[in-house]
Amino acid sequence: MTPAAVEIRGFGYRPPTRTSWALRDVDLAVAPGEHVLLLGASGSGKSTLLRAMAGLLDAGGDTAGAVQVDGRPATSARDRVGLLMQDPDAFLVLSRAGEDVAFGPQNRGLPPDEVDERVARALRAAGFPYSAERPVAALSGGERQRLALAGVLALAPGLLLLDEPTSMLDPEGAALVRRSVGEAARASGVTLVVVEHRVADWLPLVDRVVVLTPDGVAADGAPDTVAAHPAARDTWLGGPPALVPRPPASRAPAGRLLTATAVTYRHQGAAVDALSAVNCSADAGSVLAVTGPNGSGKSTLARLLGGLAAPTSGAVTASPALTGAALADGRPHRWRARDLAGRIGSVFQNPEHAFLTGSVREELAIGPRAVLPGRSDLAELVDRLLVQLRLTHLAEANPFTLSGGEQRRLSVGAALATAPRLLVLDEPTFGQDPTTWRELVSLALDLRDAGAGLVVVTHDLAFRDAVADASLRLDSGKVVST
Amino acid sequence: MSTPFALPRELGTTAFTRSNPLARLAPAAALGVANVVTLDPVTPVLTLLVVAGTLPVLGLPPRQLARSTWPLFAAAATLLVVNTLANPAPGVGGEDLAVGATTAVRLLAVALPGLLAFATIDAVDLTDAAVQQLHVPPRFGYGALAALRLMPLLTEDWRHQALAARARGVTPRGPVARVRDVGRRVLGLLVTAIRRATRLAVALDARGFDGARRATARPSAWTGADTAWTAGGVAAAAAVTATSLVLGAWQPFLG
Repeated sequence: MTPAAVEIRGFGYRPPTRTSWALRDVDLAVAPGEHVLLLGASGSGKSTLLRAMAGLLDAGGDTAGAVQVDGRPATSARDRVGLLMQDPDAFLVLSRAGEDVAFGPQNRGLPPDEVDERVARALRAAGFPYSAERPVAALSGGERQRLALAGVLALAPGLLLLDEPTSMLDPEGAALVRRSVGEAARASGVTLVVVEHRVADWLPLVDRVVVLTPDGVAADGAPDTVAAHPAARDTWLGGPPALVPRPPASRAPAGRLLTATAVTYRHQGAAVDALSAVNCSADAGSVLAVTGPNGSGKSTLARLLGGLAAPTSGAVTASPALTGAALADGRPHRWRARDLAGRIGSVFQNPEHAFLTGSVREELAIGPRAVLPGRSDLAELVDRLLVQLRLTHLAEANPFTLSGGEQRRLSVGAALATAPRLLVLDEPTFGQDPTTWRELVSLALDLRDAGAGLVVVTHDLAFRDAVADASLRLDSGKVVST
Repeated sequence: MSTPFALPRELGTTAFTRSNPLARLAPAAALGVANVVTLDPVTPVLTLLVVAGTLPVLGLPPRQLARSTWPLFAAAATLLVVNTLANPAPGVGGEDLAVGATTAVRLLAVALPGLLAFATIDAVDLTDAAVQQLHVPPRFGYGALAALRLMPLLTEDWRHQALAARARGVTPRGPVARVRDVGRRVLGLLVTAIRRATRLAVALDARGFDGARRATARPSAWTGADTAWTAGGVAAAAAVTATSLVLGAWQPFLG
């Protein structure tokens, strides 16, 4: 395996069903063995460019210019390229680790001896800690991504493309994957192009940073040089974005909204509790942050507080301030859906899980219409939200076609549309660019200052530090610190 | 969170579980056919005796055996009760009971052999065998295998949708709204399924999966033992049918 060279000239791409170019006028050359970090705001075309280099763009779209790998068009140089994507579950095919790693080499028609040797070498290079017999089902997210990396390395690519390889992992899992990538890249001398939002962690592994916009490369060079460039403002280069200082708000007097008392939850058929004896509370005009590693029960707690699941034992109880006069029962999971939505809003970790309709406008209208049928100001409410979320130009678009940042804003807006007093957000800043991140911070603080209560489940310690009034750390279903 | 990978079954190793997956399905298919074509009670009862006799070679631990077959037994019990009680003639006569019992054992005899055979088979092994022995095109075989892995995620998506609808206050009221709601959710599920499938297709392409040059690093062998299992299954089906014929019980399904 020799490292590959990439040459991109005047490249542009217009996806099928879109009328405008997602990306155009891209000129970029990557020398053999170079390690490049590719940055850009959400929707700037980073994934599109990676796929173009991998020769895997949707053939239904229009392309302009040329993308060449080792002097050949990328579409006919696929054997030189390995691509690792965000979601290991979309990558792994077979149920045992070694078999899955062998999948690629077998597809290349390599003789069995060589396949075996490559599998062994790739598992070692990716830092896979178990035997080749290990069932994929028994692996954590970080381990799966390392297995997927081994599957790519087994193809002995000259160009390794990584598309947000750690964005779905908790900090511990992300660190493991980064280390494996660094070691594998050093050992093989492969040309590397990485797309990642969280820059600081990847800088030690790269020698060049490229900032991409939909209109081409905006900045290119050594990390320090690029950090000083205006185009780097919309990236994570140089840590979390500076927040605009806020005037001290006249905060509404705090009042209890919701209390969880000794809440225990066990999933159906599970042998252990996902949550055990957790106590916490959410107050008006206050933000509670819940942190903890993957699998610690954070999302389960979010569902229980959101009135979307009933605790196995213990109680989640709403205060009269939240319940109001109309409801007798204080247990949110017993409320009718429309009673719940007007009181507690939930924003899920994956925005796509929350979409119920085929257009952005309808997505914002469906909640308020269900909670208060026949209201006359629905159109104005939706228009106001569209402006607030900067989604007016996408009002008729299908939510699934939006970029990650736009989807996140829409999912938050859809929860706000029913004007809940308490908002439960699960990993709202996951994989977001600095602009969206900053917006989420100020949105959270605005809501808090207006007297709403917020519960934020997050891995993102910078976000917690920016918004939280109180915090709670979970580990293995138990509160370990408050 | 459920995963798209089933945990591997804890299987005992027996001559049967070592055999080719297709050789394990063949006897089940033969017995299944023998029971589909007749309406008599003798064939299914004999079949179930044969199945009971082969239980030890299946290598299935009792717990897993119970877990994978109980819905079938529940269905059979329901058939028995419904057929016995739903007869318009007053009282529970011996004849109604016989009809109900025959229906129930037929269901078991048709479905149980296949269910048990599948419980011993790993999907990857079956795909290898289908591609190598039956010459199923690899692009289809392994593509289907990869897609099969996404099935549990669909269940997960369905659950997420229900939660999302509740969180937003959207619950259908009245039968018309309910039907429309199911339609909307199915459509939503379809959209997410297509998105997942597209991502999977890109991943497969990125891994060089065009099916053209695929090597067989996991050779799926067909041995004399496999032929023996297949022949044994066919012989058992024939013997069961012959016995029923000799006893004068055999009654063709389309007669």
